[in-house]
Amino acid sequence: MQSGITAQDSPVRPGVATQGVDGRLSTPRPSVEVGKRTTKDDEALAIKSRAEGLSFYYGDVKALKSLNIEIREKRVTALIGPSGCGKTTFLRCFNRMHDLTPGTRYEGRIMLYPDSLDLVGRGVDAIEVRMRIGMVFQKPNPFPKSIFENVAYGLKVRGVRSNARIEEQVEQALRRAAIWDEVKDRLESSGLSLSGGQQQRLCIARALATNPEILLFDEPTSALDPIATARIEELIDELRDQVTVIIVTHNMQQAARVSDYTAFMYLGELIEFDSTSKLFTNPSQKATEDYITGRYG
Amino acid sequence: MHAATADAALQQIRADVNRRKIFDKIFVMVGLLIMFSALLVLVVLFIDLVQEGAPRLNWDFLTSFPSRKAERAGILSAWVGTSLIMLTTAAVSMPVGVAAAIYLEEYAPKNWVTAIIEINVTNLAGVPSIIYGLLALGLFVYQFNLGQSIAAAGLTLSLLILPIVIVATREALRAVPRAIREAAYALGATRWEVTAHHVLPYSTGGILTGMIIGLSRAIGETAPLITIGALSFIAFLPESPFKGEFPFFSFAWLREAFTAMPIQMFNWVSRPDPAFQVNAAAAGAILLGMTLLMNGVAIYVRYRFRKRINW
Repeated sequence: MQSGITAQDSPVRPGVATQGVDGRLSTPRPSVEVGKRTTKDDEALAIKSRAEGLSFYYGDVKALKSLNIEIREKRVTALIGPSGCGKTTFLRCFNRMHDLTPGTRYEGRIMLYPDSLDLVGRGVDAIEVRMRIGMVFQKPNPFPKSIFENVAYGLKVRGVRSNARIEEQVEQALRRAAIWDEVKDRLESSGLSLSGGQQQRLCIARALATNPEILLFDEPTSALDPIATARIEELIDELRDQVTVIIVTHNMQQAARVSDYTAFMYLGELIEFDSTSKLFTNPSQKATEDYITGRYG
Repeated sequence: MHAATADAALQQIRADVNRRKIFDKIFVMVGLLIMFSALLVLVVLFIDLVQEGAPRLNWDFLTSFPSRKAERAGILSAWVGTSLIMLTTAAVSMPVGVAAAIYLEEYAPKNWVTAIIEINVTNLAGVPSIIYGLLALGLFVYQFNLGQSIAAAGLTLSLLILPIVIVATREALRAVPRAIREAAYALGATRWEVTAHHVLPYSTGGILTGMIIGLSRAIGETAPLITIGALSFIAFLPESPFKGEFPFFSFAWLREAFTAMPIQMFNWVSRPDPAFQVNAAAAGAILLGMTLLMNGVAIYVRYRFRKRINW
């Protein structure tokens, strides 16, 4: 199952797969600051995960067409593209969420490093995968339990029994999700009593409590107002350096603001993958350029 | 000039809206009319029973055994029998029904075997209750050698209400949003953990409601109990399930003969002496009261659980 492929011989590496650069600098660019910090050093960063020829089927429908992509450790990778392009489908491959839907099928591999585990491999249990990869959903979905129990749930599933340790990790997770100060006096009230933005940060805390290696965000701000959105984006920015993040967003400005790397997908294919600053300022593909300049999508 | 046209347009819009809203009003009136006629029937029935049975509606009636003399007869053995049968029915149909529903809703693969099971569960709800009685007579009474006992009666009524419990439980489980399940799965929970920690607790209100509605159907069933051989004249009580000494409870009552409220009523109604009709009416009022009480509990339970959880 696991071949001798190492992190070095990558199918698509940021900054490498840029055929046909013709430097059309005249195209209008997003007016926001793009690309958080993609320095030369990033080339040396470890690869956390790599999709190799990943295809995905809903029944007979091929939703993802042989994707190759590298996810760098402790960086934010954004997946963008028009509705129905397969970005959420791709994201949900990483924690095998599709296994819950009958009639779905993966082809190819998603390697998780450093231990070279094939996340979509037949012999790999989906539960095992989800123990290592957390997810935050589009719509905040706290359990109708107390705030404390929401965050503690992942620990309980993992068999942590010591109350002191659970309390400590819950507090730490709530702090990391920047919601501790708002909820520390009401840990026993229902998670549903919070506002939408707070609920989403609670969900982030819930995912962080188990120290996932990769955190998946599926359009985490699409149900939130601009202020709550800004807070979530700030939070993702703070999580950089702590955890590898993959975020799906339909909002290009958001991708430009929060991510280090961006993948543009269209009709189930990966059109272009590069550092965010490069992809937004100097895309190599015409389709990417058309999309980010708002000509379609 | 402009103001005048604007005003005219506004008038026209209002007239139009009012005209279309007439149908809302008509529908509300028709709906209320139908609902109140149904309610009225129930209320009239209840009042009629209470009025007719009034002379016998007292403490003695509840604490006396049946008797050949109408004025001394009571429903002690009947209501104790009914209560014990309901206890057995609940104890059997709750775990079996809920487990079946969980399997069908959370575990069963979507294939033709599951489809056949589902169709059959729905069909079972429509099987006449006397058929269940015949089945129980052959299976529980003779095959399992339970005899004409409370256990046989409880099992029979469990079979009868299983489809109701299963369907209601499935509805309740289905009401738990997919997003909640996904949240739990994403944290690494197994299917069993998702069900036991989340789906089941969040749907308890709906499940209990379905359970109680099933029981209030069972409480009035007469035909299957007569089929399995319920006695209509029992002048003794089954052994008490509670005991003074260790282990404080006993299951001896399960093997004892029984009578139940509807059977007692049926017996009295079929007697020529008009004095027994009074007894039947009084027993009817109490049985109806028991049913209404159970439904009231169901509504309360639902209210309590829904208050904590709103998606």
